[in-house]
Amino acid sequence: MNITEFPRISRREAIQWVIAAGASAALMPSQAFAADASAAAPSGKPYGTDPLLNHTYHPGELWPLTLGPDQRGTVVALCDLIIPADDRSPSASAVGVPDFIDEWISAPYAQQAADRAVVLDGLKWIDAESGRRFGRPFAGLDATQQTRIADDIAWLPKAKPEHQSAATFFALFRNLVTTGFYTTPAGMKDIGFIGNVALAKFPDPPKEALAKLGLS
Amino acid sequence: MPFVASSKTRPEYDVIIVGSGAGGGTSAYVLALSGVKVLMLEAGRNYDPVKETPMFQTPGQAPLRAASTPDKHFGFHDATVDGGWTSPGEPYMTRRSDKPADTFHEAKDHVAFGTKQEWIWWRTRMLGGRTNHWGRISLRMGPYDFKPRSRDGLGLDWPFTYEELAPYYDKVESLVGVWGTNEGLENTPDSPNNTLLPAPRPRVPEMYLKKHAAKLGIPVIPSHMAIMSRKMNGARIAKALHPGDANAQKLSADGINARQACFWATPCGRGCNIKANYQSTTVNLPPALASGNLDIVTDAMVREVSVGADGKAAGVHYVDKKTRQDVHVKGRIVILAASGCESARILLNSRSARFPDGLANSSGKVGRYLMDTVGAGLTGQIPALENLPVFNDEGAGGSMHSYVPWWLYKEQLAGKLGFARGYHIEISTGRQMPGAGSLGFLDSVTQGAYGKRYKEEARRYYGSTIHLAGRGEMIPNDDSFCEIDPDRKDAWGIPVLRFKFKWSDHETKQAAHMHATFRSMIEGMGGRVLGTPQTDGNKAIYPGGGIIHEVGTTCMGADPKATVLNPFCQAWDVKNLFVADGGPFVSNADKNPTLSIMALAWRTCDHVMAEMKKGNI
Ligand SMILES: Cc1cc2nc3c(=O)[nH]c(=O)nc-3n(C[C@H](O)[C@H](O)[C@H](O)COP(=O)(O)OP(=O)(O)OC[C@H]3O[C@@H](n4cnc5c(N)ncnc54)[C@H](O)[C@@H]3O)c2cc1C
Ligand code: SF4
Repeated sequence: MNITEFPRISRREAIQWVIAAGASAALMPSQAFAADASAAAPSGKPYGTDPLLNHTYHPGELWPLTLGPDQRGTVVALCDLIIPADDRSPSASAVGVPDFIDEWISAPYAQQAADRAVVLDGLKWIDAESGRRFGRPFAGLDATQQTRIADDIAWLPKAKPEHQSAATFFALFRNLVTTGFYTTPAGMKDIGFIGNVALAKFPDPPKEALAKLGLS
Repeated sequence: MPFVASSKTRPEYDVIIVGSGAGGGTSAYVLALSGVKVLMLEAGRNYDPVKETPMFQTPGQAPLRAASTPDKHFGFHDATVDGGWTSPGEPYMTRRSDKPADTFHEAKDHVAFGTKQEWIWWRTRMLGGRTNHWGRISLRMGPYDFKPRSRDGLGLDWPFTYEELAPYYDKVESLVGVWGTNEGLENTPDSPNNTLLPAPRPRVPEMYLKKHAAKLGIPVIPSHMAIMSRKMNGARIAKALHPGDANAQKLSADGINARQACFWATPCGRGCNIKANYQSTTVNLPPALASGNLDIVTDAMVREVSVGADGKAAGVHYVDKKTRQDVHVKGRIVILAASGCESARILLNSRSARFPDGLANSSGKVGRYLMDTVGAGLTGQIPALENLPVFNDEGAGGSMHSYVPWWLYKEQLAGKLGFARGYHIEISTGRQMPGAGSLGFLDSVTQGAYGKRYKEEARRYYGSTIHLAGRGEMIPNDDSFCEIDPDRKDAWGIPVLRFKFKWSDHETKQAAHMHATFRSMIEGMGGRVLGTPQTDGNKAIYPGGGIIHEVGTTCMGADPKATVLNPFCQAWDVKNLFVADGGPFVSNADKNPTLSIMALAWRTCDHVMAEMKKGNI
């Protein structure tokens, strides 16, 4: 997620970084919105260079969170617009992704502080736009109305000039929701990651997969 | 008590070892099992992988989904303590270019890396050093790699041949456990029978790559990784390692038998609490401590080597970080294994009336011939790999199962490539545990999808990417070195290093060749490159130090006037002083250096024991 991070490429980070960098190049040029008071720096302390690793952390445990009830409502609506429930897995908000986003934008690090500004201003924009078009905040819109706004900002390269900032926000937000969701047990299962369990032997791949690739 | 406080050390040791990583750990193992009294000084804190490794922790259990931060540069769960591209209280200075306007500045954060001529330096401060989180890729240097100057007229030759180091590669591979195969390929040495452990099957995308790379004449073969793919027979191995020494055999066998085989599940970069992979802390130090011959003081930051009236090393001064006291310990022999650059720093800071330019520096070469590995990478997305059935393809977490050894020796020697040295290719792929940002590419490949379609696209694309990373040889040059900064000191009052670094055309052209190759490999599989292949090598190459294979700075050779160390890594100027990390290297083959650091350290310690027995030191 840290798009400007340099890759010393330990195997896993390699994939993460290079992919993130390639994908996010489009995010770099446009400064999302003008700076805003809502993006005041968070007050928490960094976790330091020797944190306890064998521990399960919860959002809010290390630094105070940011979102008020209205902002949270908008975050929940956006999370579920991007990752709704379907027959394979629950929605993003059902597995705690809004808490992760709050944790992210509240973190005392430069990258997250930059994202905080984009996210808080983006939430403001999207509610204002919803009000302007449909007379209600985003969370109160029906699915069709939400889609109308989302379609204008879902893909930065195609967004109109007046929607560039909002599209920058949406791309960042979608990346955060993606990270938040697919790192949960439900998200991992949905996507077909069934590792992280001890095995006596590294299993052979299914014949079907090899056949499909012409490897049998 | 083998872990001792500064106040509880012995009056004198046979050997003092500075640093506890690959070089220091191997040295402590060899010497303590040989029966001499050893003190190890480690600047970092004590660290116990068995208790501390977050084996099955998911990113969801960490702050920020374990994303990289300025506190943990490779992510929350990475086994790095107090380190990364910067280390608290221990600054270093670096310079962007040769232009007079570009003065030295402190390397400050892990985000802004400046130009490609800048040097960056990854350190950690913990028992076991960087062996706790290294990538475990363990390749032998080949015969050409010891004599590069004889072969193409560039760089420097080692003062001995592959045959000289081969028995020590055998020993290290036997002790640590390295999986791999013997392929009989050029300059890619085979190991003796029964030395390597069985390699796991390739991951499915690796099989697919192998099939399609073959059409380009590029070999994809099993990797060599310091990971126990099965239990090892402690008694058999120990007997071969320590012939005629029943005590050493028992200690070694117990150490080996306490390790479990890999269970194919958890990210190796966090370390391994079942001791399946090589860490100094799980492989070298337990038997060395069990011998009763090793004392370890942690939080001990060595400042300088002290010199007696006879001009020999008398011991070392260190700062006890807990009490902030300066402490001196005496040793008959001093071995520096603080890592490449850091050992040079200690030598340069060991100034006296007798050695005004630093210890062991009559040649003026301490700090010279700083090298890293050439690095460049590209990621491909492969449609054939989309929508595969769900299966477990994780393998040894994050560790590659296959790689590409350098394959163009003949073309290169014939001058057809335009750069002098080779590279190998490291492959990252498979259905790995999702982490922060690992699905970031969905944004561009789905062109802004959201909702149910986005979820379907995620299922489709997950596991369909391959990252290819080139790791190539750098030729030592006169413009790449470290020296003491005249002004800056670290938190312990010790003068710090500053770096100047330059890639030559040999390296940048090699990086451009990597991108061209990766592109053809990706397209050969019917895939598309994510990101931009560069034809300008200056744009493809990573900054110096970025691959964390820094070697050189205390070069060895046959000429006392031109080198720091003799062919046994013994200082020409101070015969009871040795270096046992990557510092003695005079070339940096594409093969990742750590296996060679360990083999060299073992050989050095055998020499130390022999010289002690003869009464020469
Ligand atoms: C993410 C990553 C991946 C890597 N992957 C690979 C790989 O796949 N294959 C490979 O071959 N190599 C790899 N490396 C490189 C490998 O880690 C190093 O080559 C190896 O650890 C070097 O061993 P060393 O003993 O010289 O130094 P280190 O392991 O760095 O140990 C040196 C120790 O000395 C201590 N020390 C330093 N200064 C002082 C002082 N003044 N006083 C006392 N103690 C001091 C340090 O705290 C440290 O513990 C990787 C490195 C990283 C970071
Ligand atoms: S994959 Fe194997 S070697 Fe790596 S950490 Fe897990 S058990 Fe250890």
